[in-house]
Amino acid sequence: MELHKLTLKQAAEGLRKKQFTSVELTQACLAQIKKRNKDLNAFITISEDRAIAEAKLADEMIENGQATELTGIPFSVKDSIATADIRSTAAAKILDNYTPVFEATVVEKIRKAGGVLIGKTNCDAFGHGASNENSMYGAVRNPYNLKKVSGGSSGGSAVSVADHMCFYSIAEDTGGSIRQPASFCGVFGLRPTYGRNSRYGVMPMASSLDVVGPMARTAEDLAIVLKYMAGTDKKDATTTVATVDNYDLIAEKEISAQGGSASGGKKSKLVVGIPKEYFEIEGINEEIKKNVLYQIEKFKEQGAEIVEVSLPHTKYAMAVYYIVVPSEDSSNMARLDGIRYGVREKKIKSLSELYEVSRANGFPEEVKRRILIGTYVLSAGYYEAYYKKAQKVRTLIKSDFEKVFKEVDILIAPTSPFPAFELGEKKSDPLQMYLADVMLSPAAVAGYPALSVPTGFTAEGLPIGTQIIGDKMKEGLLLQVGKFLTKKD
Amino acid sequence: MITLEDVKKIANLAKISLTSEEEKRHTETISVVLDYMQILNEVDTEKVEPTFEVNDLKNVWRNDEIKKCSFNQELVKQFPEKYAGMLVVPGVFENSTEE
Repeated sequence: MELHKLTLKQAAEGLRKKQFTSVELTQACLAQIKKRNKDLNAFITISEDRAIAEAKLADEMIENGQATELTGIPFSVKDSIATADIRSTAAAKILDNYTPVFEATVVEKIRKAGGVLIGKTNCDAFGHGASNENSMYGAVRNPYNLKKVSGGSSGGSAVSVADHMCFYSIAEDTGGSIRQPASFCGVFGLRPTYGRNSRYGVMPMASSLDVVGPMARTAEDLAIVLKYMAGTDKKDATTTVATVDNYDLIAEKEISAQGGSASGGKKSKLVVGIPKEYFEIEGINEEIKKNVLYQIEKFKEQGAEIVEVSLPHTKYAMAVYYIVVPSEDSSNMARLDGIRYGVREKKIKSLSELYEVSRANGFPEEVKRRILIGTYVLSAGYYEAYYKKAQKVRTLIKSDFEKVFKEVDILIAPTSPFPAFELGEKKSDPLQMYLADVMLSPAAVAGYPALSVPTGFTAEGLPIGTQIIGDKMKEGLLLQVGKFLTKKD
Repeated sequence: MITLEDVKKIANLAKISLTSEEEKRHTETISVVLDYMQILNEVDTEKVEPTFEVNDLKNVWRNDEIKKCSFNQELVKQFPEKYAGMLVVPGVFENSTEE
């Protein structure tokens, strides 16, 4: 039995039945990392010794009957999320020597439940990118084709899960950073509702959009992880007090004619909305379109109601996103200055030079670009024209979603208009790279949850992702639908 | 449109030193991005309020209490340069390091 290829659910059951130990499970994952990481570059830091020590503790927990579903299961964490005593670089050299003294709340929760942290995954520096090529530790490669990108920014997390180096990963999504790499690498990736999970300890990019979410190989596994991550946190004032659902139990339910009402839908049957603007996007890959249309057929067969809907401000979401995000970004990045922690340049004459040189050497080009754009659009004379205008259009995008979720339970669309592209293909053209998020940024700008479901492959053998967008706090329904779409007949 | 001078000015405000090649490249790429933003001018937003926070949260208060920090010493260890447990930085004012 290849232990690392089990699902989280199967592995948890095997541990409980004592078919194998957590140490064996962890060693299987570490062996896979050793075999594959030099080609894929999914990890920046591998915490081998510590993982084995945690696995031994987990085995004791299991022995003493204190195990949870996550006890003894190896997982990875995106490197822009703080892990106590394990280096956290966010894939930028300015934090090359940075080891947090505190833990992100979501990681703390999982480790309390007995999770085994196996390492920190590569990403676009501070989450800035859609291909993982903006990492100062090298690009991540797609396990389905080494010439292709993994997607980003959580590329290392997606690959660590897709290539069986661990069972799930904790990542971060500002405008698509979980969903897009999930679709490129053939795994599930959930962007939860804004406020669902604590962001304490997550290095901020754009604070009014950032969310933390899980990536895994099945919808059920994702549901289990979300259950442990979610909830309010005194350390993050933006977390919601809404109850944490039993996501795994909801995900178990069948999508029948009653599917909608069973999971809080508005009608007796599940109503699936097809947002027409998403299918009119220029340059959308035909194979992807066909695959998503096939998923819609599956809903029809189950007796769901299918309606075409319109979210008229969809085409403005990218422009809103790339004004709001760099604005918040440029403020958040100001803390990285080489003064109290991180890498400080030596042989410096003045304080100003210390900032300027530490930041110049510690940030990759894209981080600098975003700081510059943000500084520009927030500067005197431009604030009204860019920032305030964008926040007003954001209101319209949000009200598009509010209106449409009075009529439908879920929206279905592609995750990305194209499959994984070649390394280097878009790197020199930032606008083209930004447009990779065209189907991902609307839900992010408005704060809605969305799931990327692996629903097939192109003729070239690259994964295709279908995106399911739900109403706020309806993660359970998204996971239920994710399970339905990937059910093997 | 953004000019080379604008880029130099905002790089100075953002405290990032750029090579002249970087200044040129950022001027070109940022101009393209800002041009794309013009699409927002198609939207009439005269009677629309801006959204700064999506969940309509208002002033989440907590008491301003002093708490013990358990990792002061660990934080001090992270200082890139220190003297007797204090953080060392170059002089804030011009020439103040040359005493």
